[in-house]
Amino acid sequence: MKIRVNGQEVEVQAGMSVAAVVMNLGLAARRSVTGEPRGPVCGMGVCFECRLWVDGEGPLRSCQMPVREGMEVVTDAV
Amino acid sequence: MVGGGIVGAACARQLEREGFHCVIVERDVMGSGATAAGMGHVVVMDDSEAQFALTRRSRDLWDAMELPDEVEFERCGTLWVAADEEELEAVRGKLAYYRERGVEAELLDARRLYEAERGLRAGMAGGFLVPGDSVIYAPCAAAWLGRGIERKKAEVLTLGDGWVELRGGERLEGDIVLCATGAWAAKLTPGLEVKPRKGHLAITDRYPGAIRHQLIELGYLKSAHGDSTESVAFNVQPRRTGQLLIGSSRQYGVEDGGVERHILERMLRRAVEYLPGLAAMQLIRVWAGFRAATPDKLPIIGLARNCSRTWLATGHEGLGITTCLGTAELLADLVMGRGTALRAADYAPGRFA
Repeated sequence: MKIRVNGQEVEVQAGMSVAAVVMNLGLAARRSVTGEPRGPVCGMGVCFECRLWVDGEGPLRSCQMPVREGMEVVTDAV
Repeated sequence: MVGGGIVGAACARQLEREGFHCVIVERDVMGSGATAAGMGHVVVMDDSEAQFALTRRSRDLWDAMELPDEVEFERCGTLWVAADEEELEAVRGKLAYYRERGVEAELLDARRLYEAERGLRAGMAGGFLVPGDSVIYAPCAAAWLGRGIERKKAEVLTLGDGWVELRGGERLEGDIVLCATGAWAAKLTPGLEVKPRKGHLAITDRYPGAIRHQLIELGYLKSAHGDSTESVAFNVQPRRTGQLLIGSSRQYGVEDGGVERHILERMLRRAVEYLPGLAAMQLIRVWAGFRAATPDKLPIIGLARNCSRTWLATGHEGLGITTCLGTAELLADLVMGRGTALRAADYAPGRFA
């Protein structure tokens, strides 16, 4: 399955979470107000640290979102 | 100094300036109680002459402070929203009251209200703008006020005249003991007229520019100053981060500090009624805390009953962030036996007797 992350095509496996894909790429999901990288802390939808944008919608919790063919993921948007 | 909230920190700072060596005894981290749970609104309020005097003096003291960046001081002003003509009419008296006492305020008609805040629901009658009010990030303010002052992490179990006993049995003595434990002050001073009044808050993700002022419905005054067991009012604050902090709720008689869905839902519905755009925004945190409420909505500042060395500074309800500085000034004047700028009797512990 293929998705795009910040415009780059990425090969992923069905069942992965978007958070896992972003972590595997070594990317931060987003930045804090002081510019620090942020990513999943709890991995279960509680901490809201892994927010990013998918298909123009956001911010969404990437740990709660399985990958879907052709999805467009944007990190560092907020 | 028992209690390292913003009131305890401000009082300790003031007393150190008078030459005392203070020790802040806090069971958790500085500013971890109502200080962290609240909104951080520096606001002039007019429920009574004494409330106006204390909030106004305190706001002046905040304005005179050289605050570090992490305190996030923003003079965004308070915009009280009048939902209908009746509320707008009632605000005229408020305008005169503020102006007579030298606090800048303006009445906004509907057109000017929407110029000030485009996100408000259509059909509002107008507003009452107090441009000199501010917001701060209170936990950082408390930590900053308490900077350099000796701290002891411990829980006080017993309060005497000039002494406290800690969990574990250790006893501390001082020329002065101050109890600034907020909603829990009656635990150490049985019979004190302070009751916990629970509140909920929610904060959104970052939406910079969504609102420009601290927005409050005029009905808030009824909610804050009434005595109903449970009430909500629209109160939304812009944070420097672009986040929106959403309140407010008031509940008596609840001991559990957890978030209650039914009251959170009522509070958020109320907020969306005033600011429909909120419905599409993402909340990232919700929490609850306890205000220290008194029967006359004024704090309790002065010597504790039958004491010559133990003082009280509690009962600030929803205004402790604003009034901590005026409280500290008044307390220091009382401790030093000086004349006070504020009428000390209005806040005296014995006034309910």
